[in-house]
Amino acid sequence: MTATAPDGARSFRWRRRSVLPGFGLSMGYTIAYLSLIVLIPLAGLGIRSASLGWDQFWKIAFDQRVVSALQLSFGAALIAAIINTVFGVLVAWVLVRYRFPGRRWLDAAVDLPFALPTAVAGIALATLYAPNGPFGMILDDWFGIKVGFTSTGVVMALIFVGLPFVVRTVQPVLEEIDRETEEVAATLGARRWRTVTRVIFPALFPAILTGFALSFARGVGEYGSVIFIASNLPYQSEIAPLLIIIKLEEHNYAGATAIATIMLVISFAMLFVINLLQAWSRKWFGHE
Amino acid sequence: MQVRAENLRKQYVGIAALDDVSLTVQPGELVALLGPSGSGKTTLLRTIAGLEAPDSGTVYFNDRDLSDSRIQDRGVGFVFQHYALFKHMRVMDNIAFGLRARSKNKPKESEIKRRVLELLDLVQLSGLERRFPAQLSGGQRQRVALARALAIEPSVLLLDEPFGALDARVRKDLRRWLREIHERTGHTTLFVTHDQEEALELADRVVVMNKGKIEQSATPDEIYDTPATPFVFSFIGESSVIPVQIGNGRATLDERLLDLEIGALPDGPAQLYLRPEDVTMVTDGGPGIPGLVVSTRRIGGMRRVTIECGLARHRIEFDAPAEVPINNSQRLTIRVIGGRVYGSGSEGYETERLAASATSDFKWAKAEGWLDR
Repeated sequence: MTATAPDGARSFRWRRRSVLPGFGLSMGYTIAYLSLIVLIPLAGLGIRSASLGWDQFWKIAFDQRVVSALQLSFGAALIAAIINTVFGVLVAWVLVRYRFPGRRWLDAAVDLPFALPTAVAGIALATLYAPNGPFGMILDDWFGIKVGFTSTGVVMALIFVGLPFVVRTVQPVLEEIDRETEEVAATLGARRWRTVTRVIFPALFPAILTGFALSFARGVGEYGSVIFIASNLPYQSEIAPLLIIIKLEEHNYAGATAIATIMLVISFAMLFVINLLQAWSRKWFGHE
Repeated sequence: MQVRAENLRKQYVGIAALDDVSLTVQPGELVALLGPSGSGKTTLLRTIAGLEAPDSGTVYFNDRDLSDSRIQDRGVGFVFQHYALFKHMRVMDNIAFGLRARSKNKPKESEIKRRVLELLDLVQLSGLERRFPAQLSGGQRQRVALARALAIEPSVLLLDEPFGALDARVRKDLRRWLREIHERTGHTTLFVTHDQEEALELADRVVVMNKGKIEQSATPDEIYDTPATPFVFSFIGESSVIPVQIGNGRATLDERLLDLEIGALPDGPAQLYLRPEDVTMVTDGGPGIPGLVVSTRRIGGMRRVTIECGLARHRIEFDAPAEVPINNSQRLTIRVIGGRVYGSGSEGYETERLAASATSDFKWAKAEGWLDR
């Protein structure tokens, strides 16, 4: 700033506390963008379902078919996310920590569920796990487990589509972990298990939680792959997104938006809790 | 605890990081491993700690062969250059980590707490036990790292460039403070550094390493005053190198006789290594070597002068009193009053060699009669 600058300009500049310029512009853009892409369409959902009135709304919400569909959608997504968290961390660990032939291929393969049309994945899984498919037959004959066209199949499909989220969020954080902290733990007498649980895991925890949340959210909203592997029987293996489509096809738009609104509220509440948990864990583990 | 390394060898893709290295560190001794990067000093330290396995050779702690012992059982306190603190743990939990990790003789939590506070007092960080590492300065972090290493009552304390990431001022303070801690606790201590000043000031004994071998292992005084090899001479302190000829037990520079002790070197070409204090300016018109000043710079109370001497315009640096005015391109006569002569075939520490300046006037050499000879 030059000495000849008028007082007004000077005081304006001094009011800025941040060294990062462009707060007004970027904040305005962010709000406008989020409104257009996310908030306005979702608000439309709310308004549409509000036209039903409370009585109608609760009737749809507590309809047995709707409740079972919601239970299946959220329950399967939760189970799939938990399984993905365990095995996704394992996959990330192997990809980061070990060097072996074909590592790059394996690394690239992790992204395939991202890229593949989910319907293709659903058909592939259905072929494999159907009662007469190669895996489905073995599982049924040997263990008596039916996967294809059951709610287990729903979980299977959600595991497939959610895996990359955990791997891809944990991988970079794991790469950043300093070898030296592990070496220091060893010199201090910590056995390997103690080092993993006390040194590595706490550092990974926020990333694991993010991966879990993403995988869960993906699972709740998944439609394409599930409808092929599940038999879509009402009360048994019908997911909420499918129910919405069915209502739409029946031109029952109010019913569809009501279910969507319920899903939205539950999803938002769960993601909000996960975010809180994450903020808390970051503080607890000293990331801030 | 005495630490003894015998005939250690370690090869990294074709390069010998350790080439038949043997070293004994006496109980309570503070030893510096000094050398340029790639000299194998860190590999030696890590091998003693058990973080690297040697290709051959053995490490002993008090005659106990450690070849088959795990790192966890060696009881070494290791401090890294970049602290390697556990970021998600508070200072107190960092320090207590080693005590809590014990499978036997694990002290009670109240006893651990007492130990931690005691160590925090030792490293002068009392009151910061509830901070996270991110809330500490670099110097404080390194002190936490040291306290953490001391908490396990290590048999040996190993420090890898402990002050390398700190700024000059903090580094000096910590150096003095580490010396005090060592005197108080008496741990056998080895530390790696590439900073010769740090090694000479802090250590009882300095081990100079180069290309995977130990060049010299001696007290700081011996290292500075009687360097065993040209490498040690040129790595420690300031030095100039000029080629000389040995004949009839005397050293000559361009046929001018130098008054030097040369020992039992054979006749032929040799190298004269000079420290700035091995050269004085001749002011009384006595005999000496004429030269041309190429540059001067002020260093503390002295003026560091670089002159070019002889036919090949060898560069020599020496210190002149600051009150004597010396200008560039001025002619001076110098006298060599010290320095060491090493036979050819042995190499000094390669730095970027000062190239002879292309701009300096050549005619003076002709006038002096150097070129016609």
